[in-house]
Amino acid sequence: MEVDEPVRLPRLPRVAVCGGTHGNELSGVYLVRELLKDLREKDAEDGGPLSVLVVLSNPRATQQCRRYIDVDLNRCFSHATLNGPVPDASPYEIILSRKLNALLGPKGGQGAVDLVCDLHNTTANMGLCFIAYSDSDWICLHIFKHLQMPDMPMRFIHYDVSKKESYSLDSVGKHGFALEIGPQPHGVVRSTNYTAMKVGVQHVLDWVRHFNSGSVFEGGFVDVFTMVKKIDYPRDSQTHNITAAVHPHLQDRDFCLLRPEDPLFQTFSGEALTYKGSEPLYPFFINECAYYEKGVALSLARKRRVAVPPIRAQTEEDKQASFASEEEE
Amino acid sequence: TSCEIQKSHKSSRQKKNQKQTHATGGDELPYEVQRAQEINRTFGPKGSPEAYDVIFDLHNTTSNMGCTLILESSKDSFNLQMMNYIKKAFAPASCLVLLNEHPHLKYSTSRSVAKHPVGLEVGPQPQGVLRSNIFQAMRVILKHALDFIELFNEGMEFPSCTVEVFRVLERIDYPRDANGNIIAMVHTNLQDCDWEPLNPGDPMFQTFDGQTVHYQGSGTVYPTFINEAAYYEKQQAFLTTRRETLVASAIRKA
Repeated sequence: MEVDEPVRLPRLPRVAVCGGTHGNELSGVYLVRELLKDLREKDAEDGGPLSVLVVLSNPRATQQCRRYIDVDLNRCFSHATLNGPVPDASPYEIILSRKLNALLGPKGGQGAVDLVCDLHNTTANMGLCFIAYSDSDWICLHIFKHLQMPDMPMRFIHYDVSKKESYSLDSVGKHGFALEIGPQPHGVVRSTNYTAMKVGVQHVLDWVRHFNSGSVFEGGFVDVFTMVKKIDYPRDSQTHNITAAVHPHLQDRDFCLLRPEDPLFQTFSGEALTYKGSEPLYPFFINECAYYEKGVALSLARKRRVAVPPIRAQTEEDKQASFASEEEE
Repeated sequence: TSCEIQKSHKSSRQKKNQKQTHATGGDELPYEVQRAQEINRTFGPKGSPEAYDVIFDLHNTTSNMGCTLILESSKDSFNLQMMNYIKKAFAPASCLVLLNEHPHLKYSTSRSVAKHPVGLEVGPQPQGVLRSNIFQAMRVILKHALDFIELFNEGMEFPSCTVEVFRVLERIDYPRDANGNIIAMVHTNLQDCDWEPLNPGDPMFQTFDGQTVHYQGSGTVYPTFINEAAYYEKQQAFLTTRRETLVASAIRKA
């Protein structure tokens, strides 16, 4: 039996847990508040090999229980937006994104935190999802593989966007992902979702501690859902108002395969509108509240099985060896 | 809580920010107060003979209340007869009646401008989201209500009847700390259990670190509006109610 040599990856000494990036997604808001309380009570910094930053990303939006004050904070972290001009009258979130980039980044720089875990909720029936920009970031895939949630389905969603174009808060760290839990109305905290998120974050931090201490994580397979396209609501051409709602047969059926001619929408007069694509795809973010204004009724993904190699943290010897071989080159 | 108002409020706020205008000074009334006065002019004046006969006020809730009719007076026989008609027409699907006649918890609704105010609350639905099943249920109930009014106007007599209602008793707030921050959430056992009996000793809240807070009332109550998003800022985790049977007099168009 052939045993693969584990891929050696740099340790992760600094992790950031962020909540309230959208101020009305309350599982993350309340979890971050509790984690900050715990840190205050502990009184001393964790002298161990892991430093955890706990951040309430958007304080003003959180205080008003709104998704954002001026613009969606979680779209402000592309290189272009982070490095563009900032006149005095800039939107609140643009100014805030600079501060967060200074705290957790700079994005792309050596000083950036090693891992960002950004906490979100969705009105869609998605269970627990990891959302990441890469399907080959072994750190994120291994963390996902390690998470065991007894009562909640879990999926790995991949947005195929280059590091340069990536725009969300989690892209500021060297590694990052969003932890999305639904369904939950915005402005509401449901105990089952809060508990799942709390357990999830604990598992993430436990995994990082084990990784940093030199454990080997076996390889395996992860089903990855890669976003392919989005579908908007049918709209009135003049008023732009929606003219149909998500069909009752599709509502709440995130990750159930959608086939050509399956119902998508139901008009207000009762007519069914069907999926006109030729390829069966997996729907998700079905009827997410915040996406009405972004023109998205649902997103569609292809599913494929990704082989994940065994990994372990680089040792000091590994690092010396790689410097030496770089110098030789 | 109204989906439509929330959306237009959000977009007018966005436009305001884009134009970077400032709110005018203290002389101008809040937008919703201006709207209330316009509504009173159009459909009232409240308390006068010119006021509209009926107003249906359509709402959604994040609570698992199903279809709920909201009644403001136990003595309004016309409304009671209409609600009796709607319940029977909607059966076997459930449509319950919430009576809020509580002197302190009663609030002055837009519908109270009319002689016979009727609230229709359908949930669960997140704010800002349109669910087909919720929309259809609301449409069907409204159709039954309008059918009743048409029958009444054509001269049909409705004999005396009884109507089961849930009468509002009290508002229960979330446990909070000294700064007013919520320190516990609705317990898993209570979440989504609107209209089911809550007995003394039953779990009610759970703190963020996992402790259970139990219901300490003296008797069984029927909670509703459990975990409504809009009521966090109104200091309400849920309302307690008790079941009651009201009698509606016979009615006929004069």
